[in-house]
Amino acid sequence: MLPVIHIGPFAVQTPGLILLLGVWFAMDVTEKHALRFQVDPAKVYRLIVIGLISGVLGARIGYALQFPQAFLSSPLSFLSLTPQMLSVEAGILAALLVSLIYLQRAGLPFWQTLDALTTFFSILAVAIGLSHVASGEKFGIPTTLAWGVDLWGARRHPTQIYEVVVSLAILLAVWIPRKNFKASLFFEVPGGRFLLFVILTAIGQIIVETFRADSLWIGPFRQAQIIAWLILVVSLWVFGKRLRESVRISG
Amino acid sequence: MNSFATFRRFAILVALLAALWIGLSSYLIPGSTQQSAIAHRGFLAPDFALKSLDGETVRLSEFRGKAIILNFWASWCPPCREEMPALQRVSQAYQSRGVEVIAVNVTSEDVLSSVQEFIQSSGVTFTVLLDEQGEVQSVYRTSGLPTTVFIDQEGIIRDWIVGGPLPEALLLAQAEKFSQGEP
Repeated sequence: MLPVIHIGPFAVQTPGLILLLGVWFAMDVTEKHALRFQVDPAKVYRLIVIGLISGVLGARIGYALQFPQAFLSSPLSFLSLTPQMLSVEAGILAALLVSLIYLQRAGLPFWQTLDALTTFFSILAVAIGLSHVASGEKFGIPTTLAWGVDLWGARRHPTQIYEVVVSLAILLAVWIPRKNFKASLFFEVPGGRFLLFVILTAIGQIIVETFRADSLWIGPFRQAQIIAWLILVVSLWVFGKRLRESVRISG
Repeated sequence: MNSFATFRRFAILVALLAALWIGLSSYLIPGSTQQSAIAHRGFLAPDFALKSLDGETVRLSEFRGKAIILNFWASWCPPCREEMPALQRVSQAYQSRGVEVIAVNVTSEDVLSSVQEFIQSSGVTFTVLLDEQGEVQSVYRTSGLPTTVFIDQEGIIRDWIVGGPLPEALLLAQAEKFSQGEP
């Protein structure tokens, strides 16, 4: 765990640096492999850039709208690079809306583009896991197991490592469609690669969240597990629907 | 049609197994009690007692029930000096609304006369504590200065930021959240 690296007078936040490198690497790989999914690499690259910029702007605007008085008192703070002044929900919403508009205007095929973007999402998921390893966030519950790690005053489940392992396994699963491999069904339908990624990520989240100590709870259940289960059910349903359509068309 | 029927059975099985896992794991593996001797987000803020500039001993737990913006600083650190006026304004605006600003000077790495001089000249009125042995600094892992820790009314650390100067809007927004009873 190394949350901050000191370079001269500067304190570099390691998790942020890992995320930035992850985004850069993911964009590069996604662009290189976009043709596999019959989409224009340049357009996919532009889509990611537009999504990221609108996500960050939307997150800052969303945060400012939550606390208008604070920003009226200090308007220049709006331009601050501080990542704490971001609303994740507003950012995701803005990125989705703007990306959908660009997707339509650029004439990109919806499901094939999502398949191409799966490369980006799956590499980013690994980077997010590594950023948690660096920061020590998303830490585990105490354990006596041999592979426990000493963190925050206790021996704990290394949930950050679990997260990295799970996301690497998912990256592998969506990256290498092998013949006679059961998951190949997902690669026969446009959008299947993306939906496989979502399904596996939801399952991974349900499992890893079990061992986290910092979970938020809704009544007797962990909030993240409930959200992941709902995403899992919806994505299984969507894939089933797409599979039925594709069987109907081909048969 | 066969692949669809197979998938439907598979999907139902996966959804049911996931639901079963969630139910069982929530029941069998409860979350841990968030206590640690080391300061970290999500844990109870470790208690400490330090002398103030006035020579009084002040204990962090005395402020339980109030939200706290705990700022570690040194008089030789430019960003620390730069963010002091913003902290003062936040203190003035929110002290009556249950938000306390406390500055902990890392006196083990500072010169007391410089600390006193700076505090007098900058018109700071909130509590300034002196960490003469560097013990609190070590517990709160101030790997860089300034370090600002946001502690809610229950004594739980909600955020922890290394570096500065922090934008005033962030301090105001956090104080506003706390004053409304939000974590």
